[in-house]
Amino acid sequence: MSFADFISLGPLITLFTAVVISMLLIAIKRNHRITYAFSLLAYLMALTAIIPAALYIPHAVPPLLVVDEFSLFNTGLVLTSGFIILLLSYNYFEEREERKEEYYLLLPLATTGALVLVVSRHFMSLFLGLEILSISLYGLIAYLRARERSDEAGIKYLILAALSSAFLLFGMALVYAFTGHMDFPGIGAALRQAGYIPVTVLAGFGMMLIGIGFKLGVVPFHMWAPDIYEGAPLPVSAFIATISKGGMLVVLIRFYVDIHGNDYSMIWWMLAIVAVASMFAGNWLALTQQNIKRILAYSSIAHMGYILVAFLSGVQTGLEAISFYLVAYFITSIGAFGVLIVMSSSVQDAETLDDYRGMFWRYPWVATVFTAMLLSLAGIPLTAGFIGKFYIVMAGVNGHMWFLLFMLVINSVIGLYYYIRIIAMMFKAPATGEVTYIKPSLPVAGNITLMLLTLVLIGLGVYPTAMMQLIQQMMKMIV
Amino acid sequence: MILLLLIIIPLAGGLLSWIAAARNTLWSRYIALACLLVDLAITAQIWATHPASGGRWLYQYKTDWVPHFGISLNLAMDGLSLLMLILTFFLGTLAVLISWKEINQRAGFFHFNLLFVLAGITGVFLTMDLFLFYFFWEMMLIPMYFLIGIWGHENREYAANKFFIFTQAGGLLMLLAILALYFIHGANTGVYTYDYFSLLNTPMQQETARWLMLGFLVAFMVKLPAVPFHTWLPDAHTEAPTAGSVILAGLLLKTGAYGILRLVLPLFPEASAYFAPWIMFLGVLGIIYGGMLAYAQTDLKRLIAYTSVSHMGFVLVGAFSFNALAYEGVVMQMIAHGISTGALFIIAGALYERIHTRNILEMGGLWSRMPVMGSAAMIFVMASLGLPGLGNFVAEFLILLGSWQANRWITVFAAIGLVVATAYSLRIMQKVFFGQATRQYALPDLNRRELLIIVALVMAILLLGLHPQPVLKTSQKTDYVVR
Repeated sequence: MSFADFISLGPLITLFTAVVISMLLIAIKRNHRITYAFSLLAYLMALTAIIPAALYIPHAVPPLLVVDEFSLFNTGLVLTSGFIILLLSYNYFEEREERKEEYYLLLPLATTGALVLVVSRHFMSLFLGLEILSISLYGLIAYLRARERSDEAGIKYLILAALSSAFLLFGMALVYAFTGHMDFPGIGAALRQAGYIPVTVLAGFGMMLIGIGFKLGVVPFHMWAPDIYEGAPLPVSAFIATISKGGMLVVLIRFYVDIHGNDYSMIWWMLAIVAVASMFAGNWLALTQQNIKRILAYSSIAHMGYILVAFLSGVQTGLEAISFYLVAYFITSIGAFGVLIVMSSSVQDAETLDDYRGMFWRYPWVATVFTAMLLSLAGIPLTAGFIGKFYIVMAGVNGHMWFLLFMLVINSVIGLYYYIRIIAMMFKAPATGEVTYIKPSLPVAGNITLMLLTLVLIGLGVYPTAMMQLIQQMMKMIV
Repeated sequence: MILLLLIIIPLAGGLLSWIAAARNTLWSRYIALACLLVDLAITAQIWATHPASGGRWLYQYKTDWVPHFGISLNLAMDGLSLLMLILTFFLGTLAVLISWKEINQRAGFFHFNLLFVLAGITGVFLTMDLFLFYFFWEMMLIPMYFLIGIWGHENREYAANKFFIFTQAGGLLMLLAILALYFIHGANTGVYTYDYFSLLNTPMQQETARWLMLGFLVAFMVKLPAVPFHTWLPDAHTEAPTAGSVILAGLLLKTGAYGILRLVLPLFPEASAYFAPWIMFLGVLGIIYGGMLAYAQTDLKRLIAYTSVSHMGFVLVGAFSFNALAYEGVVMQMIAHGISTGALFIIAGALYERIHTRNILEMGGLWSRMPVMGSAAMIFVMASLGLPGLGNFVAEFLILLGSWQANRWITVFAAIGLVVATAYSLRIMQKVFFGQATRQYALPDLNRRELLIIVALVMAILLLGLHPQPVLKTSQKTDYVVR
């Protein structure tokens, strides 16, 4: 491993080393506060390590990894999101679990898995990253063992993730059998040479789609999402909604670009059907839910559908749109889960719609943040979500995807209904005489984090230019 | 720069009055009032001093916003925008005044929303960048949603949701059309921009132009509202608080009409001419159908809401007549309708404050108890039915004159609408103020604050009717599409 390799993979290595050290720390002395502080420090150091890494880009670590602007950008995104989720976690676990420290091993470990995905350009590293991510998540989802739905969620995820990994592996094997390559550009070149996609490879892609689709939570591989979101601890749900999905999406983009997926209409159609089905199923099923975690789960299914529309547009704007949308979606999702986290009491998570009745009059500040987040999810101006959706629609129009766009418009309107339903609930007159379980502690750190997220959300909604330029420049490099 | 200021003042005022309400709600009312009066003064000043001759554009302001996409902060004011802005700030001021006693719950947040709606409307009337237009178009939705949903009457949530979803659906179709226009322009000329003036003469195939035009038109017809997209309106208007109804009827509907005049006709003149007979037909349908529905209502606010459907039908007929006479009528109708319907809603609100019902069957004989309110209502009911001497008459007469040249049968049926208007208007007076009193009330007549509002409105509608020349002259400082 050369010096340049070492520096380029700095963020990854830093975080991974930190996990080992923090394991030793826990072995020496169990202390929630120390472990927490150390993990925060580890994330910060990993973030700092991006700066020297940026000096060497683009830098390939053959054959498995590649560090370029795109992967560094997403590394930064993943690390920042992980950092914010960690910030929000402390109070949540302090109030609940006796053995809290292992959480701080599993979360950075899962983040490491996502970081591997972000830099991978090879089936092996893809699978490696995916498994590091998944296995850490088994533990994370079932972390609050005392809760009733926790085990159910953990085991459900374990079985389904294992199954989908098996499909993914089989698919990779089929692709390898025909092309003789496991690195993405090699596969692309082999397919281009052949000039068509033989049935084996197509079957392989189909099976890989099962594995990838499961992680993204797109229809028809979405069944797990609501149960897991509901059963997992809230910060972990936030992690699954953002980093886990985002990491997978980044690999998918790289794979699709490297094999020139747009040249093969069969792949396009597979994804198009998945996109439309995800939008409809996600929004439709969210309509009648009473549980906010489940609403967010279904809404994230729909959002993956929107992202796929940009993906399918086949123009460079589409890839830019995905990156921008991903940033907006990360901020918004973490913000929404952050509200749930600070509103939850030690007895019960604030998860039913009724818990939020009249919240605007009791906790105006948190309710304002939640409103901003929900409006961003719905794509209303002044928020990053609006610019993101605008970007996606723009990409779609540019690629003449009229049918997909109409589907997107119909779904945006459906989606609007359940977002404003939550908002309307917050603005209702508070129920009189009724005692609610929810007595939030409203931790200071959590509040500050939420404030910063809201500021960024609105900042991106009002002045998106800087972010757009960054993304545009980055996407020029990978295409 | 002064144009930007017009938008920033209500935005800043909204935030400020929300903060101030924590201390004292009275402050928040005064702040809101002051902001709108300042804006009103600025626009009135512009109106008083603008040159009679010279270019059509009085002010322009342009600066880059997202240069990456060709989006700029591009504001401009011509005669049409100026008139609409004066109406906006005039009705906005009255909306604050009318809420002085009615809204006593969460007054700070109320004024925040009120001023943000007005800022959004101001933006729509001023912007010359299509992205920005969509931006403001959406921006006025959320605060309006809150105004209806929080301070409305019994069935407010249903009404607010319906309003929101209808307009949002229309808006998204408009977004698709805007983007398509953007890319077609870019592909044909190499310049990717949302600038209105650049997009004006985009070369494209007729087929495409028709589709895009429909995309825009649906958004505006939902807002206007035209039959068959009008069903949100009676619910929203009925359930909204008085200030909300005034702003909905007086201003939000006008953004739809404005959109047609500013965007649909100039951007797609050929396609508009192609669809004109059908749209005029929808307009006439709205005039007669809206009028008949209005006649059948027993809820006073709902009745007034349906009269809006009827009156806005005239706007649709006039706008698609393609001649200067009709356009002047349309602008006049927008202003006169804003004032007369706004006033009727204010009276309905004042009645509701006193007798706590909107059902006109339970009213009757109120004239003897509240003669001042009765005579005020009489004036605006007469305006609504198109009595000469009041603003609406001038407007509807001009529209009919103009549309006669374009399509005679349409005009004949539109004129029948005036008869329907007489029927429902007189029914208001008959049921509410005349006839037998069903109950014995001791009711206070209009107080000083209400009197101030009503007198301002009466003056406005009389001026429009007796001396419409300044308004007509200003409205001529606009580029209309004439065939």
